[in-house]
Amino acid sequence: MDSLLNAARPPVFCPGCSHERITQTLDKAFQSMQLSGEHIAMVSDIGCSGLFDTFFHTHALHGLHGRALTYAAGIKLARPELTVVVTMGDGGQGIGGAHLLAACRRNLDLTLLVLNNFNFGMTGGQYSATTPPDAEVGSGFLNRLERPLDICGVARAAGAPYVVRCSAYRSDVADVIRKAIEFKGFSLVDIWGICPGRFSKRNRLTPKAIDDALARLAPADGTVPENQRREFGDHYREMAAAQKPAPPPQAFAARFTPVSSDRQEVIMLGSAGQRIITAGEILCLAGLHAGLNVTQKNDYDITVLRGPSISEMILSPQEIDYTGIDRPSVVVALGPEGVARRKKVFGSLDETCTIIQATGVDVPPGRGRIHRVDLKGQGLKGTDWALASLGVLSKLGEVIGPEMLEAALAARLRGDALAGALEIVRRVEPGEWV
Amino acid sequence: MALALMEGNEAIARGAVAAGCRFFAGYPITPATTILNHMLAMLPPLGGICMQGEDEIASIGFCLGASMAGMKAMTATSGPGISLCSEQISFAIGSEIPIVIVDIQRLGPSTGSATRGADGDVQFLQWGNSGGLPVIVLAPADVKDCYTLTRHAFNLAEQHRCPVFVASNKEIAMTRASVDLELLPAPAVIDRAAPPPGQPFLPFQTGGSEDVPAFLPIGGRTLVRQTSSTHGSDGYITTDPAQIARMLARMQAKVNAAADRLALCEHSPADGADTLIITYGVTARAAAAAVRELHRSGKQASLLVLKTLWPVPATAIRRAVGDIRRILVVEMNLGQYVREIERLLPGKTVSFYGQMDGRLIAPETITEAVIHG
Repeated sequence: MDSLLNAARPPVFCPGCSHERITQTLDKAFQSMQLSGEHIAMVSDIGCSGLFDTFFHTHALHGLHGRALTYAAGIKLARPELTVVVTMGDGGQGIGGAHLLAACRRNLDLTLLVLNNFNFGMTGGQYSATTPPDAEVGSGFLNRLERPLDICGVARAAGAPYVVRCSAYRSDVADVIRKAIEFKGFSLVDIWGICPGRFSKRNRLTPKAIDDALARLAPADGTVPENQRREFGDHYREMAAAQKPAPPPQAFAARFTPVSSDRQEVIMLGSAGQRIITAGEILCLAGLHAGLNVTQKNDYDITVLRGPSISEMILSPQEIDYTGIDRPSVVVALGPEGVARRKKVFGSLDETCTIIQATGVDVPPGRGRIHRVDLKGQGLKGTDWALASLGVLSKLGEVIGPEMLEAALAARLRGDALAGALEIVRRVEPGEWV
Repeated sequence: MALALMEGNEAIARGAVAAGCRFFAGYPITPATTILNHMLAMLPPLGGICMQGEDEIASIGFCLGASMAGMKAMTATSGPGISLCSEQISFAIGSEIPIVIVDIQRLGPSTGSATRGADGDVQFLQWGNSGGLPVIVLAPADVKDCYTLTRHAFNLAEQHRCPVFVASNKEIAMTRASVDLELLPAPAVIDRAAPPPGQPFLPFQTGGSEDVPAFLPIGGRTLVRQTSSTHGSDGYITTDPAQIARMLARMQAKVNAAADRLALCEHSPADGADTLIITYGVTARAAAAAVRELHRSGKQASLLVLKTLWPVPATAIRRAVGDIRRILVVEMNLGQYVREIERLLPGKTVSFYGQMDGRLIAPETITEAVIHG
C-alpha cells in the first residue's frame, strides 16, 4: 500500500521532535492496514499535535483546543465505516479532560493518539497536565505545585477498554498504533516523546530516560480486561432500531359546544404531587374538543414533590396572544403553597370570578365568589384533587362541560387510569357556594 | 379543523425532523431540555442519532463533526450553555459548517432564573463569536413559528453554510398552545449543494458569482479537509493577506448581502397611526393585543414583528416606518435590539420599553407606553 503522507506538505516540526517520528510511524501503520485516504478521518486540535492532519492524504478536521474528541464522535456516529484517528497533545488532555473521560466511558470506536511531550510547545513551553513537578518550564514555579496527570490511569479508571503507554522511540510503535486502531472500541495510546524546541532545552530528557520513567510505572499495554464491553456505535444502532416510532401529535376535531363564548382564564393553585400540571393539560384538551384555542403555562419549583405547583390555562374562541393571566375567571385553590405563591391574584379578582376552594385550604380575602368542595371528606386522595376539581368545574358548567371533560380524559389516559379518572369526575360532589 | 396541544419546544423538534435533521446532541438545561426529550423520542426510530453530550461544548462539537460528515444537525441550549458554545460557534462561522443552534432564552445574567423567560441573548447570539462575522438569527413569537422557523433555519444553514440560531424564550418553549397542524407553513426542504462533477474539489472554493462554497462530506470518495484555522480555498492554513481578506469578505457578504431575502417580518400597518411598535419574540403577542386594545379606544398604532433579527432586516424596517414619526421598541431585556433600530433611523424618535423581571410584558404596559411614552 502506498504512503498516505502528503508530499506537498512535509512535516514542519523542530529538528529532533518526536512528533516527526510519530508522523512516519502512523503512516506505516496505515500502510500495513491497507487503508487508503478516503477510509480515514484524521481529527486534530490545537498545538503541535494539531499539525498532523495536514501531513496526510486523508479526510481531515482540525478544530479547537481539547475538543477533537467531540468532532471525532460526530464523524464516527455519522459514518461508522470510517477509521477515525484523533491526535491530541498533553495540553488537550487538560483543557479537554471532560471529553477524555466521556470518550473512555462511551467506548465509541475511535483511536486517540496522545502526543505527550510534557509541555505546551507552541506557546513557549508552559506546564501542561503531564509536566513533572521538578521540570523547568515556562510557567515559573507553578508546575511545582501540581501533580501530573497519569493519562492511562485516568483512562482506565474512566472505563477505556484499550490503553497503551509507550515511548515514541520504541521500534514497534507502528504495530502498537495499528493494534489500537484495529481494536473495536475506544483506544488510547499515550506516546511519550521529546520536545527539543522547548522542554529538552531546559530539562535533560532522552529516549533512555523515557524508557526508565515508563519502567517505573505500572504497564499499560492494550486491552483492559475489566473494561471490555460493547462498542457504543453498534450498541446504539441496535437499541435505536428497537425503539418504537414516536407517535405523531394527536389532533382533535371540535365535537362539543363550548360552555361560554368568552375567553376563560383559569389558575389552578396547588402543591407538588397533586398532579396540577396534568389536570391543566386535561382542561386544555377539553377545550380542544370544543374547538377552542388554548394555552397552558406552568409554574413550579425546581424540586419535585415539594413546594407550589401552579398551572394557568386560557380557553378562548379567539386566537390567544398574550398568555399571562391578571384577572382570572376561575381560581382553583387546592394547596396552601400554590395559594401563598399567588396570593396577590386574590386582590385583583372581581365579583364574576369563581373560586373553587378545597375545604381546609385557606384563601386570602377577595371579591370572587367562593364555591367550597370538601374533597378530603369525600375520601379523595390529594393526588386526585386536581382531577376532581375538573369534575366540579364541569358539573357547575364553568369553563368546561362533562362531555368535553370525558373526551379529554379519553384522549389523555388509557385503561385503568382512564376508568379511575372517569369514576372520580363522575362521582365528585360539587360542593356549594359559600 | 383539528387542534393539537403542543409546547414550543416540541414544535421545534418536529420542525427539525421535518427539515431533515437526523443528528441532535444536547445537554440537559431548563428550559431547553424538552427538545432533547422530543428528539430522543423521534430520531432513533428514524435511524437518526440523538446524543446527550458531557457538556454543551461536546454537544455542539458532535453536531459539527456530524454536519461535516453530511448530516443535518441541531443542538439546543439556554444562556449558560450558549455561553459555553461560543468557541464552537466561531468555528462553525469561520469554517462554514451548517448547523442549527436553538437558544431557549431564560432570565440572565449567568445561571439567572432557569424557569423565567427573557430575550436577553439577542446581541450575544450575533456577537458572541470571535471575529465578529454575521450570523442568522430567527425569533419565533409562538408555537407555530417554532415549527416553521426551525424548518427555515435548516434551509438557511444549508444554503449559506453558517450557523443559524432559533432564539426562542421559555415563555414559548414551555407554554403549551393549540395548533392546527394542517395550517403550519412547511417550506420545501433545501439541501446543501454538491459541487459540479468532473472538477477538482477544493473545500472552500466558490465559482463565478456564488458566495457559498459547494459541500462534500468527510467520509465520501473525495477527500475533504476542514479546519478552524484561517484557511485558503484548499482548506489549508494560510498567511496570505490577500487570500485571507477575500475569504473573510466573502463570509461576511454571503450573509449580509442576503439580508433582504432573509428578512421575515409581519407588518400590520394601521391607518392614521403615528407610532410604530417594533418588537419580536413572545412580546409580539402582547403587542398585538395592545394594538387591538388601542383600536377599541379609538387610537391607532402600527406593528412590525421581526422574525429575522440578524442580519438586521433594514429594508423591511425602513419600509414599515415610512413617514411615521415615532418608533416604540419593546423587548424583554434592558435595551438590546433598540440599538439597531436607532442606528437605522437617525432623525426619528425612537423610544424604548424594556422589562427584565421574569414576567411577560403585559398588553396594558405597551398600551401605556404608546400613549404616554
